[in-house]
Amino acid sequence: MTTAVHAPAHLEVRGLGHKFALQTILEAIDLDVTSGEVVALVGPSGCGKTTLLHLCAGLMPVRTGQIISSFNNPACMFQQPRLLPWKSTLDNIALGLKAAGTGRDERTRRARMLGLQTGLAHEDLGKFPHQLSGGMQSRVALARALAIMPDLLLLDEPFSALDIGLKAELYALLLHHLNTCSLGVLMITHDLMEAIRLSDTILVMAPSPGRIVHRFRIDLPAMQRDDAFVYKMTAELLQDSAVRTSFRLAPIKSELLTRQELPC
Amino acid sequence: MILLRSGLKSFLIYLWSGWGAIASLMLFLAVWEWAGLYYGELILPNPRITFQTLAGLIAEGSAWQELTITARRALIGFGAALAVGSTLGLVAGLSMTALMMSRPIVTVLIGTPPIAWLVLALLWFGNGDGTPIFTVFVACMPIVFVGAMLGARTLDGQLGDVATAYRLPPLMRFTDIVLPHVVSYLFPAWITALGISWKVVVMAELLASSDGVGAALAVSRSHLDTAATLAWITAVVGLLLAVEYLLLEPIKREIERWRVAV
Ligand SMILES: Nc1ncnc2c1ncn2[C@@H]1O[C@H](COP(=O)(O)OP(=O)(O)O)[C@@H](O)[C@H]1O
Ligand SMILES: [Mg+2]
Repeated sequence: MTTAVHAPAHLEVRGLGHKFALQTILEAIDLDVTSGEVVALVGPSGCGKTTLLHLCAGLMPVRTGQIISSFNNPACMFQQPRLLPWKSTLDNIALGLKAAGTGRDERTRRARMLGLQTGLAHEDLGKFPHQLSGGMQSRVALARALAIMPDLLLLDEPFSALDIGLKAELYALLLHHLNTCSLGVLMITHDLMEAIRLSDTILVMAPSPGRIVHRFRIDLPAMQRDDAFVYKMTAELLQDSAVRTSFRLAPIKSELLTRQELPC
Repeated sequence: MILLRSGLKSFLIYLWSGWGAIASLMLFLAVWEWAGLYYGELILPNPRITFQTLAGLIAEGSAWQELTITARRALIGFGAALAVGSTLGLVAGLSMTALMMSRPIVTVLIGTPPIAWLVLALLWFGNGDGTPIFTVFVACMPIVFVGAMLGARTLDGQLGDVATAYRLPPLMRFTDIVLPHVVSYLFPAWITALGISWKVVVMAELLASSDGVGAALAVSRSHLDTAATLAWITAVVGLLLAVEYLLLEPIKREIERWRVAV
């Protein structure tokens, strides 16, 4: 009994495949997420990243391969904010808490705290989603995911609608949560720099059919990575031929790359 | 408390916005008055005489008595249509099989004129309360059904995924995801159905009952009493307008606050 509490939770995807009608979207996907670890999934749009995440979130039945998860409290942030239009910001953030049976006062308190932490203003908390900008809506969606204190976060391009300054703030918030709660994160992004800044493992996907073509590990802890490190790693990653073919980039001449590296 | 006060404020703003409506109503009365002058009192009594007659009917007590009888019949038929139509419509919207089975029936119901139902009802229920109530029910039910069905059919599957991802229990899934959306379709259908119930009940009473506003109209017609006829019509229309604009419209605004920009 007591040992089970201390064992780190684990998400294990083995030989996963998926088809929409006759089209094969995913093929032979293997991946692991352990609590305390951030795994980033990068790849061109349409390669099946969202489908993979939805399968992990249990929103679609798994037909080929298997997904085994020992996480108890996963939270999902969708590619679109998907807020309930008839609920205020505060009630949207508190949705998962209400579902879990948390009392009204407690969930309002936590929702307010998270709303403010994700950079929303006091007066935004009473507004309805249609009164918020796209960036604000994604912040509400992130706050809704963090509010249930998840042990596994599934994020689908969480920061793509945000400006650089706010991105930096939310990276810091996410890293703070990671350090205090040691949660596992599976994050989709098409921003290589974002992946390098936040994640411990980067999985590069290629399209038709969607498959993982490359895996990178970054051993330096995320808190210690500075801009120089991120730029250097990005440049290195962009030199990799698997990454270049996956994103359909033409092979680059090596002297051009060294010049790009100069500023850092 | 704050919610109540903001509700009251928006209600007052809403009343204030009624000035335009009142102005156009006054214009209508002016045209009526003018037409009354033109055709003479026997054909079209002017508004003043009509309201006086109505005041007389109210004073002697017969107005409220007949209106209560009529309202009771309309509300029973309307309530039954509401319960049956909403439930069946929701089920039909959520299940493809139920939809395929019920659609033709509803089309038949909508296509059949209320007066045809009235004749059938007369044969089945005779001169009692059953005839107007049944006619109101059949006239309103398909409208409520279609509203509920459309509401359930247009449910956003993506929000269903949100409900699954955040592990909403079935009851909360219904109250927090399904209901708010469906109500925005249902409520307008309810308002339409209420209007229809009020018209149909008067028609049914006119042909089938010995009491109620419809019966009173039949009596005033046989006496060639145009003033009383117009007085009854005014009472019926006035009551419907009052219920719709003082009760239903403010409720609709309140529950659909999330749709309009404040
Ligand atoms: N519900 C669906 N039905 C049919 N095809 C789908 C559906 N959802 C996604 N697809 C297809 O699956 C492929 C992968 O989509 P998606 O997982 O959204 O990619 P990504 O998130 O990497 O951009 C696309 O070609 C898309 O057209
Ligand atoms: Mg996607």
